[in-house]
Amino acid sequence: MNQDKRIRVLVAKPGLDGHDRGAKVIARALRDSGMEVIYTGIRQTPEQIVDAALQEDVDTILLSILSGAHGFLFPRIMELLKEKGLGDILVLGGGIIPEDDVPELKELGISEIFGPGMSSQTLINYIRENLSQG
Amino acid sequence: MEEDIEKIQEETKRWNKDCLGKHTFRKCETDWGLEIKPLYTVDDTKDINYLEDIGFPGEYPFTRAPHPSMYLGKLWTMRQYSGYGTADETNKRYKYLLQQGQTGLSVAFDLPTQIGYDSDHSLSQGEVGKVGVAVDSLADMETIFNGLPLDKLSTSMTINAPAAILLAMYLAVAEKQGIGTEKLNGTIQNDILKEYTVRGTYIFPVGPSLRLITDIFEYCSKHVPKWNTINIAGYHMREAGATAVQEIAFTFADAIEYVNAGIKAGLRVDDFAPRISWIFNTHNNFFEEIAKYRAARRLWAKIMKKRFGASDPRSWMFRFHTQTAGSALTAQQPLNNVVRVAFQTLAAVLGGAQSLASCSFDEALALPTEESVRLSLRTQQIIAHEIGVTDTVDPMGGSFYIESLTKKMEEKITDYIKRIDELGGAAAAIEKGYIQQEIQESAYRYQKEVESGKKVVVGMNSYQVEEPLPKGLLKVDTEVGAIQIKKLKELKTARDNQKVQSALLALRKTAEGYANLMPPIIEAVKAYATLGEICDVLREVFGEYEGTSVI
Amino acid sequence: MELVDEVRKGSVRALAKLITLVENEMPGGVEAMEEIYPLTGNAYIIGITGPPGAGKSTLTDRITKELRRKNCTVGIIAIDPTSPFTGGALLGDRVRMQGVSSDEDVFIRSMATRGSLGGLSRATSDTVKILDAYGKDYVIIETVGVGQDEVDIVRTADISILVVMPGGGDDIQAIKAGIMEIGDIFVVNKADRDGADRLVTEIKMMLGLSSVEREWTSPIIKTVATEDQGIGTLVEKINEHREFLVKSGMLACRRKERIRSEIIKMIEYEIYRYLDSLIAENKDFFEQRLEDIVNKKEDPYLLAKKTVETIAKRISKNANV
Repeated sequence: MNQDKRIRVLVAKPGLDGHDRGAKVIARALRDSGMEVIYTGIRQTPEQIVDAALQEDVDTILLSILSGAHGFLFPRIMELLKEKGLGDILVLGGGIIPEDDVPELKELGISEIFGPGMSSQTLINYIRENLSQG
Repeated sequence: MEEDIEKIQEETKRWNKDCLGKHTFRKCETDWGLEIKPLYTVDDTKDINYLEDIGFPGEYPFTRAPHPSMYLGKLWTMRQYSGYGTADETNKRYKYLLQQGQTGLSVAFDLPTQIGYDSDHSLSQGEVGKVGVAVDSLADMETIFNGLPLDKLSTSMTINAPAAILLAMYLAVAEKQGIGTEKLNGTIQNDILKEYTVRGTYIFPVGPSLRLITDIFEYCSKHVPKWNTINIAGYHMREAGATAVQEIAFTFADAIEYVNAGIKAGLRVDDFAPRISWIFNTHNNFFEEIAKYRAARRLWAKIMKKRFGASDPRSWMFRFHTQTAGSALTAQQPLNNVVRVAFQTLAAVLGGAQSLASCSFDEALALPTEESVRLSLRTQQIIAHEIGVTDTVDPMGGSFYIESLTKKMEEKITDYIKRIDELGGAAAAIEKGYIQQEIQESAYRYQKEVESGKKVVVGMNSYQVEEPLPKGLLKVDTEVGAIQIKKLKELKTARDNQKVQSALLALRKTAEGYANLMPPIIEAVKAYATLGEICDVLREVFGEYEGTSVI
Repeated sequence: MELVDEVRKGSVRALAKLITLVENEMPGGVEAMEEIYPLTGNAYIIGITGPPGAGKSTLTDRITKELRRKNCTVGIIAIDPTSPFTGGALLGDRVRMQGVSSDEDVFIRSMATRGSLGGLSRATSDTVKILDAYGKDYVIIETVGVGQDEVDIVRTADISILVVMPGGGDDIQAIKAGIMEIGDIFVVNKADRDGADRLVTEIKMMLGLSSVEREWTSPIIKTVATEDQGIGTLVEKINEHREFLVKSGMLACRRKERIRSEIIKMIEYEIYRYLDSLIAENKDFFEQRLEDIVNKKEDPYLLAKKTVETIAKRISKNANV
């Protein structure tokens, strides 16, 4: 009867951009792969995202952003996660993020950035593999 | 002719019998579930009455074209969507585009501006100048249009929740240039319903938002008669995953809601309906896109004439702007996008667009560079001048496939509108999450088809290559935010703050009552009240819309 | 247990982790709950249910805001269904709780029904206890739907609120059976819509028809949660009902009944765990018995009796260890 620990994912849209097609499609795909997906809705502040991650005890956070504000918002989210002792959560980014910016974001502790055209299966596999290691 | 049809029907049957079993035919279907036949003949168009259903260019029901002469009289307006960073940079980009032969401007605003926050608001951090130009006050607007004579331009502004304020700023700039507002040409998007469903830059709840819209209708019908007061948008729904049929259906449903609101506010339908304009999304399926626009022209004419009893032919006319599909661009092998954009642009022209923006090939990666914008503008110019598609009106009219598809799409769109009527109209359907849900289903289906390989996306899920990182992408100066904040500070010390306060107070009083909001907004703007200050007053009176994210 | 100590010290992280532990039925969960139990009994538990689209999440958000104005701390458990096909779930209630999601004194936890035998109600009642032990003044359980599972969950609360809305068509008909009796308060949300008054009348009639004798007359309150209308009245009624329960002694009764049914469920669950592993270990044996029973060579009653005996032996053996 003991269930396997179900993977809990927070899909969040930081910043002001309202383009949530990608986030919602991904949320559905993750659900269909058996994960429990908490969706925050659009226009989330870093504080709201980190509070949700804390309360929901998620294993991974997916941040989707298309407006170009990742340069400010991602570091702020990572900083708050560390502050609240959530540094062990697997954080992934997606949306429109120039390749040039990726190394810097990874240095902050974001494990991977998934660009446009990434298949949801790639993401699902990535999450499963990285969580089972951790 | 009737005998001919019978003979053709017989022969079609024979051909079907001879060939369909014998040869291999790939099964084809539209995204909205219509099976596409291997062959279309006159048999498929026999129920279409040419005079009633197709008619002539510039005449009801406008299936062929809204104007008699179409591109033989005037080409479409070539209007690339642009704007980024500071007002200064944007002004430079506009001057460049006009020099390159562009014939209209299309202003992209940054997200804080679209949501009514000044650049120094805490939620604006990281967003200032990113997806468009930052506008905090009239001063920025003056810079954007510095040296650009507003009476000789047509300007389209993609602005919704605070549309009244940006329009007021534009009117104020015109006044400073000594140009009467009756001479101004242009468009504001002003389409709040699709912000609730797919685009997300809403501020106020539905009721006050509709009031702002109808106030603009009323004000402009008197003072800015050539201005397109609303630009109802299907573009973003399509980007969010809607099918071609859903795009038109949901946009028309929104439009019906606005027309009803105008009538309810006491306006005559013919006073504002001719100023309705549209923006749609021209996607990959070539013939479907052409048929879509022909179906939309016919159906809108019917809706205006029959449903709303409009009697001015200009109210029946469906004139649209379209942009090629950003979501059809791939980040992989970005040069392939040049070809996609060319075909989409061609489809838009064959569909009879009045105004057109073509995406740039690098847009899946970043904001476009000067070179990539020029290439997409050149694409339009080549189609306009070199390949002969503008030499006659509606060259696709009469094609069995196109006419049949036009009819089928019109029927499907009508079904959707009926369903939304049953739900109580677009606003109610949005509140129930119906429209969002329908769009998301389509988006998810599409994604699954791409991932399973059922839908081929060249360079992305097939024909992939290893590629180097793209180079030479546009980067927005990260200092824009700091620059704007500094400018704001200076503005707030330099302006007459007493005047600002009394203008804002007058605005509040009007907002609490029923009078038209445009005059006090114009006064506040002229006193250099900031966008954020004006929106804050309205927020306090109207409250804020709360997002209902439906999955 | 360290995690429990952390919870007692007020660590939100530990609180969230402990909920995961019991929700996943991981080792140590039962032991943790043993430590948690003595700390419970202070929170007041509100159950909210109703058909989809009635506006429960927004209502929960507004009730919470109102309670926060009175300086009360709140824990929220928002339950959404698990997909029976994939085992996954989309939990979207937080979207409509933006007003309180960043309030330090509000803790929101989204839970999926998961759908194992009684699993949800156990996980929910454990989570309620953890939030209670953590020190929340109020715990709100919000669950969608009007099926038996939801009724069971809401029934464990101190007060049950049933939310409906006009224009829902046959909603009232659908929820008539059984569930009307559990409503301590009825809320007609989205009351600015046509048909609100008619709905109120319908509910009144249905309550009048109810044969259950009640000392508390369930009020019907009209709200427009999105506009903050009627929320003050609703919270007043919640408190009025609480006073009624306390004065009449019914609160103690209700809680006693709740514990009674929880104990029975715990026992059932413990026994079921033995049964589950017994069947898993002796799959072929049970398949063979099934064949024989189908072919009338054996009878099912005997098998049941013998199985219970085996379980009893196992239990006593474990107890001696």
